[in-house]
Parts: sequence; structure tokens; C-alpha cells
Amino acid sequence: MNEKLTMAQALNRALRDAMAADGTVSVFGEDVGRLGGVFRITDGLTAEFGEARCFDTPLAEAGIVGVAVGMAMNGMRPVVEMQFDAFAYPAFEQITSHVAKMRNRTRGQVALPMVIRVPYAGGIGGVEHHSDSSEAYFAHTPGLHVLTPSDPADAYGLLRAAIASDDPVVFLEPKKLYFGADEVDLDLPVAPIGRAVVRRPGTDATLIAYGPSVPVALDAAAAASAEGRSLQVVDVRSLQPFDDETVCRAVRSTGRAVVVAEAPGFVSVASEIAARVTERCWDALVAPVRRVTGLDIPYPPPKLEHLHLPDVDRVLDAVDDLRWETV
Amino acid sequence: MRPDPEGLLPATEPVTLIDSDGAPVTPARAVVPSTPDLVAALGAMITARRFNDQAYALVRQGRLAVYPSSHGQEACQVAAAQVLSDGDWLFPTYRDTAAVVARGVDPGQTLTLLSGEWHHGWDVAAHRVAPLTTPLATQLPHAVGVAHAARLRGEDTVVLALCGDGGTSEGDFHEALNFAAVLHAPVVFLVQNNTFAISVPLSRQTAAPSLAHKGAGYGIPGERVDGNDVAALLAVLGEAVAAARTGGGPRLVEAHTYRMQAHTNADDATRYRDADEVAAWSRRDPVERLRTFLTRRGDVDEARLAAFADDAERMAATLREELATDHRHDPSELFEHVYATPTPQLREQLALLRDEAARDTPAGEASATATTAGGAR
Repeated sequence: MNEKLTMAQALNRALRDAMAADGTVSVFGEDVGRLGGVFRITDGLTAEFGEARCFDTPLAEAGIVGVAVGMAMNGMRPVVEMQFDAFAYPAFEQITSHVAKMRNRTRGQVALPMVIRVPYAGGIGGVEHHSDSSEAYFAHTPGLHVLTPSDPADAYGLLRAAIASDDPVVFLEPKKLYFGADEVDLDLPVAPIGRAVVRRPGTDATLIAYGPSVPVALDAAAAASAEGRSLQVVDVRSLQPFDDETVCRAVRSTGRAVVVAEAPGFVSVASEIAARVTERCWDALVAPVRRVTGLDIPYPPPKLEHLHLPDVDRVLDAVDDLRWETV
Repeated sequence: MRPDPEGLLPATEPVTLIDSDGAPVTPARAVVPSTPDLVAALGAMITARRFNDQAYALVRQGRLAVYPSSHGQEACQVAAAQVLSDGDWLFPTYRDTAAVVARGVDPGQTLTLLSGEWHHGWDVAAHRVAPLTTPLATQLPHAVGVAHAARLRGEDTVVLALCGDGGTSEGDFHEALNFAAVLHAPVVFLVQNNTFAISVPLSRQTAAPSLAHKGAGYGIPGERVDGNDVAALLAVLGEAVAAARTGGGPRLVEAHTYRMQAHTNADDATRYRDADEVAAWSRRDPVERLRTFLTRRGDVDEARLAAFADDAERMAATLREELATDHRHDPSELFEHVYATPTPQLREQLALLRDEAARDTPAGEASATATTAGGAR
């Protein structure tokens, strides 16, 4: 069954379908009830499932995540919303000290099947604290899965997979992609966690991107194609666990790689990907792996964010730098 | 309808049923618990005291990395466990191992974290006792979540969550109380106000009239109780648990007590408190107080006291024996419990560890296990 959905609608559908399928799935957070969330991701859930299943909470992120821990300990599958990326920081201790560690601490006795949804990243003209890329904090923490979709179909499939997972998932939703519509096949099986996907085939270089940077990489590949250069685009989708197999196969097929991500590049997921690709594909590489990332600055004010965010030109400049003269 | 603020405030003086000399307080502000309950509490407190002493000795022997003592707080520890039914939950802090023992967990398993064997030792679901938490107050929202889920599932479970005076300054304390009140969750918060958060006295922790007064700000009734009087604790906590179980919502109970020993073995308590103060509190000892009370009433005799002491001694001997064992660890366990299914990256790292172990093991002893360094032999 194919439907044209925005990513926001696909996420809403994923929550609704998961709640209908499993009575232990509950959704809560600030404004998720009557308002349906500031991005309307939880629209209609309270009306359909009642206030016991989808409810507004006090404005307190550590409390929201901490209460979800207890509910997961007692047989529920909570899905909580952090509203905006930087608003998750008050819950950081709960996420890193407890959500991530409960299974390990209890030698597998206590699993925490919970999802922490975090609308993240920039490009929407948001003011301070509304555009952070916080993925490295979470991906760095063993015990958490970290997923980020780049289109409505993956948004649906990955969120269903996240809710079905017996491990806690930090689910990062690229805000700037919320309202782009695409065909979604709702009958597809739930996408497995931990698999990257090739979004566009190409033979000359591989662009590795995730979340909000995937459309940038695809646009860059389209522009390069017009100039006669064939760029492959890999969408990582799952930052933890990381799909070395798909990424390395792609890099080996082209011998050149550029990682594209909008978070600051220093000690970042992009750094990790570049290092992994270098270690594993060294014999196949004809040029150093390049990173095109956000600047190493606090997220800038809206009128200056274009200077920070990787764009097509910056990606193409990096591609041009991949020692083309050596072959 | 919002509660009357006056009804949420604690009384000026903590509830006491047995005074420091072991005499009954009259008139009593609460119902004195039954004799069997008090006798059981005495036995559990004697065990708790012995447990503290043994654990302290195990630190000196190098068998425990550290031990946060609850010597002097046995009444709180025992009452916290005794007021709960089997289906209820207990959420302890790192100082509450004696409460976990009183709840029925094997004493050796309560020390797994502190001996360095693993981060946690007992079966959480079987005992309904959450793991010890080191970060302050972060377990309190979990307690609220367990309680809220229990209500959604139609269970009459109550959750008793422990924290110290220092923990009441943490943000998670406030968020947990607020959530509990808004969700009307069946949680009893027991603050063991033992006067110091490591070296920082209560006066530097809060400017509130008492910690129990904090409940009013959230719409939660606050009560104060003599934390060295187990009869008062059983009465007040028992009433709070019963109220929570029957839909009365959360309660906050502040127990006034004192940590007789240092924060842990790593701490020098003489740097921040006077010997006179410690001596004054030793005259309010919770174990002696109840022993005197029950002996005077003829509810326990020498034979019964000797039996309690024997039980405690057997527990200590078993504990020494358990802690004297060096366990062998399978390195694969490090990777088994990170995710439900190890990631490809973890499988690679396990292979690396196995390869290292194979190279380090002399021929003929090839094994995938390694012995921990352990403590002093």
C-alpha cells in the first residue's frame, strides 16, 4: 500500500500503528497530547488512544526520560519526545548513566525498550538551542542505538523498528526534512536497525551522509553528474550500530570518499566514519578520506546558519580535492 | 480539587514512639506497631548492624573497593523493607545495602557492585529491588515510572524510593516529586536525613524549615519522623504505603537520623564534625533503643537476643566466605549485556580479546576465561 506522506506524517503513522499493534507502547512528553507536538508528530494520538497512552507531562526532560526508564522496567514501551535537540541536554545524565547502562548493569536482566525522539539539526531558521546536532554525544555512549532517517519511508520503518527494539533507541529526526513528501510503502517489513543503504549509485567517489545531510549529498551528486563525475551516495541511517560492511563496500567500489555531516567536525560521527573507512579500506583508497562538516562553532544564529551548514558547493570542492590527477 | 496547603505541611516535631532511653512516648502521635513486627525489626536491625561491621572489615581486607556505611541508620533501612509487600518495589541508593538485605536479598549479592565483580548483583524482578544507584536522586524518577506503569497495568503496587539529604538538592529529586504528584503515582519517598552529604551539613544543603516541607510545593503531604526510632518509622511509613496503595498518591517522609561513621572508608569525618556531636547521637542508637524497649516489656529475652546475634554472626560468616572467593570471568560477558544482540563492532572486539587471551595463556591451559585481579589474598 503506497501513500504519499511527509516525514512528519510518516512518523505519526509509525507511532499510531505501533500503539495499535502493542498496548504497552505509550507516548509522552511536553505538548504531545492536545497540541499533538510542536511538529504535530503525535497529532491525534490522545484522541485515538486516550490519555493513559499519550499524555502531556510536566516540563522536565530528566523527569520525562527517568519516568520512561521506570515504565520500561515495569513492562511498558515508552516513546518520549524531547521537543528540540538542545532541550534533551537536561536529560543527558538519565540517558547516559541509566538508559544506556541498565541492561549492562543488570547483566541483561533489565532491558529498557524505550525510544527517545529528538527533533534535531538546523536549516529551519531556528533560534539558539533549536538547531543542534547532538548525535555524537549519544553515538559515543555504549548501550544506546542511534538512528536518523532521511526520507519518509525510512522514518516510518526505522521508528517502527526502534519501538520494537528491546534496546533503548535515540531517534534523531532531521527537522528540516519533516515536511518533504514522498511515497511510502506501509506494507514493507520493518527495516532492520544497523543497515546503511546506497541511495544513488556512482563510480568515481562515495559520499557518506546521514539524516539532514543526505539530501545535500544527493544534490551534490546530481550537480557532479552534470559535470561528468559519477558520485555514489550512501545513507548511514544507523549511527550506532554502524554498518561497516555496506559503507566499506561502497568506498572500495570507488576508491574515494567524502563524509558529509552538519555537526561540528571535531571529535564527531564524521570523524569516526572517516577513521573507520581509512582503517578498513586503506588499500583501496587513492586519496585521503575528506570530511565536509559544520564549523567548529556553537550553532550560529539563523541569519548566519548558511555559513555553517555543508552545502553542495562545499561538498563538490571536497570531491575536487580527492587527488584525481593520480589515476 | 487542589489540597489545602496546611494539610501538606509536616508537624513541628518528628513523630517518635520510643524515646532515646527506650521508653514509650506518651501521648503517642501514631499507633505503636504490633509486638511481632517490632521483634522482627529488632532481629533485622541486629543483622543490619553486623552487616555494616562486616562490610567495613571487608574494606580493610581489600575485599570491597569501598563501603558507604549505614551504621546508625538501621531503623530507616529495616523499616523501608519491612513496610513493603512482596509485590512492591524498593529503590535504594548506594548507602542502602542493609535495606536491600532486609528485603531478603542475599547479603553477598548486595555487595557485588562494591566488590568490583559487576555493577549489580541480585535478581531485580524476583526481589523487586532496583539496582543501587551512585548518581544522586536519579533513581527517583525511575521509581515514579515503575509506580505509574503499575497503575496503568491495574496493579496495587507501591514503590518506596530512598534518598539522602544531599539528594534533595538534585534536580531529579524535584522532577520526580513533581511527576509523582501530577501523575498521582503510588510512591513513598523516604529521605534519610543523616545530617551530612559527605562533609556538607544540612544548613548548606537547604534553607527550608525541614526537608519534609518540600513536599508541600509539589502538592505532596510531608511528614517527619525520628529516624532512629523504628517503631515510629514503621508506623509513619506503613501509613504512607497504605495511603499510596489505596489511591492516596505520593508521600514524602523525612527521617531524622545520623551517619555514625564516615561517608565511606575514603573519608575523614573528624575534619567536619565534632566528637561531642557523634557521642550525642550514639546515645540515640536505634538498635539499643528498641532492644531496651522490648526487653523492658518482656517481649524479648536473653535467649531470643542470643538467637538474633547467632543469626547475624552466621550471615557475617557466609558473607566473609562469599567475598573470599575469586571468581573467574568469561570475557565474552563484557559484550553480552551491552545490547540484546552484540553489534558487529562488539563482535570484532570480542574476537580481539579472545585472541589476546589465547596468546597470554600458556600452552595446555588454553581457555577463553581470565581470572580477575581480585583483592588481597
